[in-house]
Amino acid sequence: MKLRYLVARLVKAALVVIAVVLLSFFLIRLAPGDAATVMAGQSGYADEAFMKSLRAEYGLDQPLPVQLWKYVKAVAHGDLGTSYVRRQPVATVILERLPNTLLLDAFALLVAAGGGIWLGGMAARRPGSAGDSAVTVLSMLFYAVPQFWLGMMMVLVFAVWLAWLPPFGIETMGADYTGLARLGDVAQHMILPGVTLALYFLASYARLTRAAMVEVADQDFVKTARAKGLSERQVARRHILRNALLPLITYAGLQASILVGGSVLVENVFSWPGIGTLAFEAVQGRDNPLLLGIFIVTAILVCLFNLITDIAYSLADPRVELG
Amino acid sequence: MAFVRRFLSRPTTLFGLAVFLLIVAIALGAPLLFSRGPFSIVGMPLLPPGAPGLLAGSDVLGRDMAVGLAYGARISLLVGIASTVCAAGIGVLLGAVAGYYGGWVDDLLMRVTEFFQIIPSFVLLMVLVAFMQPSLTSTVIGIALVTWPQVARVVRGEFLSLKTREFVQAARVLGMRDSAIIATQILPNALPPIVVVSSMMVGSAILTESALSFLGLGDPNLLSWGSMIGGSRSAMWVAWWTSVLPGLCIVVTVLALNFIGDGLNDALNPRGRC
Repeated sequence: MKLRYLVARLVKAALVVIAVVLLSFFLIRLAPGDAATVMAGQSGYADEAFMKSLRAEYGLDQPLPVQLWKYVKAVAHGDLGTSYVRRQPVATVILERLPNTLLLDAFALLVAAGGGIWLGGMAARRPGSAGDSAVTVLSMLFYAVPQFWLGMMMVLVFAVWLAWLPPFGIETMGADYTGLARLGDVAQHMILPGVTLALYFLASYARLTRAAMVEVADQDFVKTARAKGLSERQVARRHILRNALLPLITYAGLQASILVGGSVLVENVFSWPGIGTLAFEAVQGRDNPLLLGIFIVTAILVCLFNLITDIAYSLADPRVELG
Repeated sequence: MAFVRRFLSRPTTLFGLAVFLLIVAIALGAPLLFSRGPFSIVGMPLLPPGAPGLLAGSDVLGRDMAVGLAYGARISLLVGIASTVCAAGIGVLLGAVAGYYGGWVDDLLMRVTEFFQIIPSFVLLMVLVAFMQPSLTSTVIGIALVTWPQVARVVRGEFLSLKTREFVQAARVLGMRDSAIIATQILPNALPPIVVVSSMMVGSAILTESALSFLGLGDPNLLSWGSMIGGSRSAMWVAWWTSVLPGLCIVVTVLALNFIGDGLNDALNPRGRC
């Protein structure tokens, strides 16, 4: 039965990816002028015959369905077009930056989940306490703070005023650290952007953990656990928390798209050389193929992450049979 | 009246409402409060707040920050409200049709809303605005295009449950047309949750607008809080106020709107449905 659930999820993810590619094809037509006008504009030379030859060369004079088929085929082969500014294949440029974004996002997710579960657990153990209200107030606040501005305030406080941490980049320029020293250097650079990105999610994880734990704590098996003489600590950890964590897995998947959007902004504030800063460069240089390529790649990534959380959920919860 | 009393019973709602009205007053009164426009240069760059005639200091180009903040309120409120109205319009229309008729229309709509939940909508928004050319209109349209599914889901749910009720069956027996049943019978009953969801969306639309402007995807002819922060990045090290003040404006505005949304939720959904 689990197999059917997984196959259904796999098909769903594939459909989303196909829809993303179709949407991208029509988005290209949203921009004024076609690829031929852009290329002609860059070469600074254009007459009717030249434009016509360009359109023929890139198949822009063919009927729309033919163009669509060609586009889908190209994307399926990993060909996302050529970046106007970099004059390199879009896929190459993106793959070069991707690991940095994944590193930052994974770190942020870890901080958010760890911190959020810890805070939410504390709040749930003593509902109505000062710590409990602090979690509520903080999450209210983080929902209202623009992430990019929060990042700038982090720089202002921890890099400019206190000078504790480096304000931007992924490593110290010109230091040429190797091995462990380099790892430490990158870790140091990752703290400010990572925590900035994590704070928004940390607050919502804390709220979610708190709500789930309060709900689970009311159930019969928890009373049984107490009745058989387990310590409060064991009841909280083994029985309540484990069951309360299940919705968090789904939530992490649902929030992946927001995490990607957030990392675009945070990367820009901290000049973190990932996909987010690349998207900004694409906007600045009016590099439409690159921007669109980033959309396609991030959408596929989020789909993959959703698939992973779905699988993780089905493994963690023996009750899951069908989606 | 019971609604108004419930709505105004929470201190946070009152606070939110007071702050919101103040911001609306500043936004509307900006041309009366200041004789200069937000782009006019008034003195040396980066003068601190409290310098003669400069309540909030001056920015990188020597423009009066206070004028910029007041005019920025106009952009934030305009984009927040206009994009929410557009999103609510699309969402109500499609959600109503999907919930009322069910079947393949409903299936299709649910797939579309799921799609929007999964894809990185901020990146899509960047693509939309960049491809349409950055302007106030493209910002509003772009935000509406990526947020309407939230409304559609809620409207669909309401219509699904309301369409089976007796008063709808009665209207059908009386021979009312589907469009009339949707618009005059079901929609008024579905309004409370629509109002609550929409009120929550205004704040997030303001945050999204500021993010776009920060990245240089705002209207180049208008000064908004986000673009003020974006423009202050080079001066952040020496002049904290250029980035801190516009950010605080965004936080206070969005917080006020979220408080109002919470108040509406409590007042309209006494059992906390939303």
